[in-house]
Amino acid sequence: MELYLKTNNTASAVALADIPQVDYEALYADLAERMNDSRYHVAHYFATEVEAGLRFYLLLLDDTSAEVLITSFQPDYYSEEGLSSLTALHPAFHPFEREMHELYGIHFNHHPWLKPLRFPHDRRDKNSTMDSYPFYSIEGDELHEVNVGPIHAGIIEPGAFRFICNGEQVLHLEIALGYQHRGVESEMVRNQNRLRQTLIAESIAGDSAIAHTTAYAELIEKLAEYKPDMDLARERVVAIELERIAMHIADTGALATDIGFQLYQVACEALRTMTINTTQAWCGNRFGKSLIRPLGSNHPLTAEKIELIRRNVKEIRRRYNEVRCDILEAPTLLARFEQCGLVPTHEMQRIGGVGMAARSSNLLRDIRATHPSGYYATELHHTPITKRDCDVMSRLATRLDEVLQSADYIEQILADYHPTDNIAKPDYAAPLRGEALSFALVEGWRGEICHVALTDSCGNITKYKVKDPSVHNWLALAIAVRSEGISDFPINNKSFNLSYCGHDL
Amino acid sequence: MLFGKAKILRSHGWQYIPDLKNVTLTEEFRGFPLLSDTDTKDDIERAAAICPTGAISTSPLTLDMGKCLFCGECARCAPRNIRFTNNYRLAATRREDLIVEVGQTEPKFDREAVRPEIAKYFGKALQLREVSAGGDASIEMELGATGNVNFDFGRYGVGFTASPRHADGLVLTGPISRNMAEALDICYHAIAEPKIVVVCGSEAISGGLYAESPAVERSFITKYKVDLWLPGAPTHPLCFIDGITRLREKR
Repeated sequence: MELYLKTNNTASAVALADIPQVDYEALYADLAERMNDSRYHVAHYFATEVEAGLRFYLLLLDDTSAEVLITSFQPDYYSEEGLSSLTALHPAFHPFEREMHELYGIHFNHHPWLKPLRFPHDRRDKNSTMDSYPFYSIEGDELHEVNVGPIHAGIIEPGAFRFICNGEQVLHLEIALGYQHRGVESEMVRNQNRLRQTLIAESIAGDSAIAHTTAYAELIEKLAEYKPDMDLARERVVAIELERIAMHIADTGALATDIGFQLYQVACEALRTMTINTTQAWCGNRFGKSLIRPLGSNHPLTAEKIELIRRNVKEIRRRYNEVRCDILEAPTLLARFEQCGLVPTHEMQRIGGVGMAARSSNLLRDIRATHPSGYYATELHHTPITKRDCDVMSRLATRLDEVLQSADYIEQILADYHPTDNIAKPDYAAPLRGEALSFALVEGWRGEICHVALTDSCGNITKYKVKDPSVHNWLALAIAVRSEGISDFPINNKSFNLSYCGHDL
Repeated sequence: MLFGKAKILRSHGWQYIPDLKNVTLTEEFRGFPLLSDTDTKDDIERAAAICPTGAISTSPLTLDMGKCLFCGECARCAPRNIRFTNNYRLAATRREDLIVEVGQTEPKFDREAVRPEIAKYFGKALQLREVSAGGDASIEMELGATGNVNFDFGRYGVGFTASPRHADGLVLTGPISRNMAEALDICYHAIAEPKIVVVCGSEAISGGLYAESPAVERSFITKYKVDLWLPGAPTHPLCFIDGITRLREKR
């Protein structure tokens, strides 16, 4: 019997009945072997309540063949034995197994780190609270602990960091999250108002509003058997690349701020302003909220807007390149960033790192290239940028190059674009396929976003699962600061710039 | 190397907005909504039905900016009833003033509701402690932007500080996640009196999309005196700057 159903990121939703229901021991044995190969990584793994207990779904990505492997299993509800932990072999599974343990009390045998993930409102053990997070500790007269958070020194989101230090050197960092938990996944299915669902998608992580909403829209379109018009697909790519430019520039400026390099800071602040004001001139919101809608758009591009975007992007590219060239030969900056915060390629792969952080550790994870959909699949053949040095500078260098690349893509996409009235108005009421599983994979500026939805026989969404790239990459930050000076934590943190709300949901 | 820096500086030019009180935003921006009555109620009832946060009431027609996420969908359903203008001066000193009525042309900013000591103590300098309690990062970035080279709100002595002990007030963002409620309360009490409370963003004002979520805990809003309500999703930096500026003005 086949262990997996094979599909891809451009195919339509799959019928629940077509998803194999396998024996967990057989799946465990297969994954134990298969996950040693870096071509595979896990996109999502979750459980959902069914009549006779819990059904588990697993989505695995094959980066070489562009296939998405889907499988499921349903352990005996009355068995108290627990499941063998995959995390024990492949740490990439850790957030998923921790989530299922927290929500449903499933025990994963030999899981090395079976701690709460985000303290959701519907967790199994209500006695487990933010204040009782079981931080790791080391005994020793010469060690001390530093706790930071949940409220941080800047205007940012909350999360708690606990450092164990030997003098100035960090031995261990543990990150406790959950402060931002708003109940995104349960609010998604509170009712079937799809405008409301779209707006929730926009609020999953405000700095990735376009990417998350694109994932939601593509997921709905697959359930509605709707193939987006090529112009709509094209405009979505312009939007998502604008978001990438804006956030990469913001992070370039933030990294400069943390080493007191004011010139790059202010130059990047101005350039980010110009980028998000371009988005605002397009759709009325600086973060692109209201721009992406299922089955259509309320803001189709016009000739004037195309002209404005092209002109601004060209200017941003020119000026950012001046900053970029200067950064690459600034000794005071390089001295701080090079060889700092290393996450070697094999570590990154083991923990399931994705997105630009993975590419900066020479691990090719880029949905635009490996599992493209929409315009990326047919027109734009994306060449991912990877860096070899695995340090803070690599993560900055990836941004430096990706901004130029995204600007070039936008110019390439818009240069010969003459909009027609083809783009439909959004449709919030299109009938959806029943008894189906739909997923969407989108490469946001941070990395791989994966949304999965299940529908009932009437086509109502009964389960909605969101995965922000931060879910994987927070562990990369914890690894990066090991043995670094604690004063280098801020630059390491900024070099990843992970989402708290995207993780906590 | 110096040549490279000179090039960056030349391209950078002057970025700050010279007069923060006279800025016009792009026509696309959705700010203050104008409401009109029509004989038939079909359009507006459709708009009220689709509104994800229940911001619209139909009889009489009102729109609660404290719930509104400014997605603009209602204005597409009922273009004769609702039109969003690019007026970003949305600040209110009382929660009920955020409810827009038919025929209203300007947002209501009730100066009578401003405590006189605010201008006295904070008229020259105001340092704020921001607390995000479920905010989605867009609003936090907009508050950060108020101090950047573009808006440079610091020129009026307004800024954000790390320690609540150094702060004159608290800026709240996010629908107040239950897991953050206690930390928010501790932070509020760590700020010395007299202090102000600014509630920033529609999600903080009403809970927004998460108003009914079991994962939020909103007693903070009723427990303490709020001095300024700033709608938006996220609140535009100019809305924040305008609201704070008017709050500090001498009567």
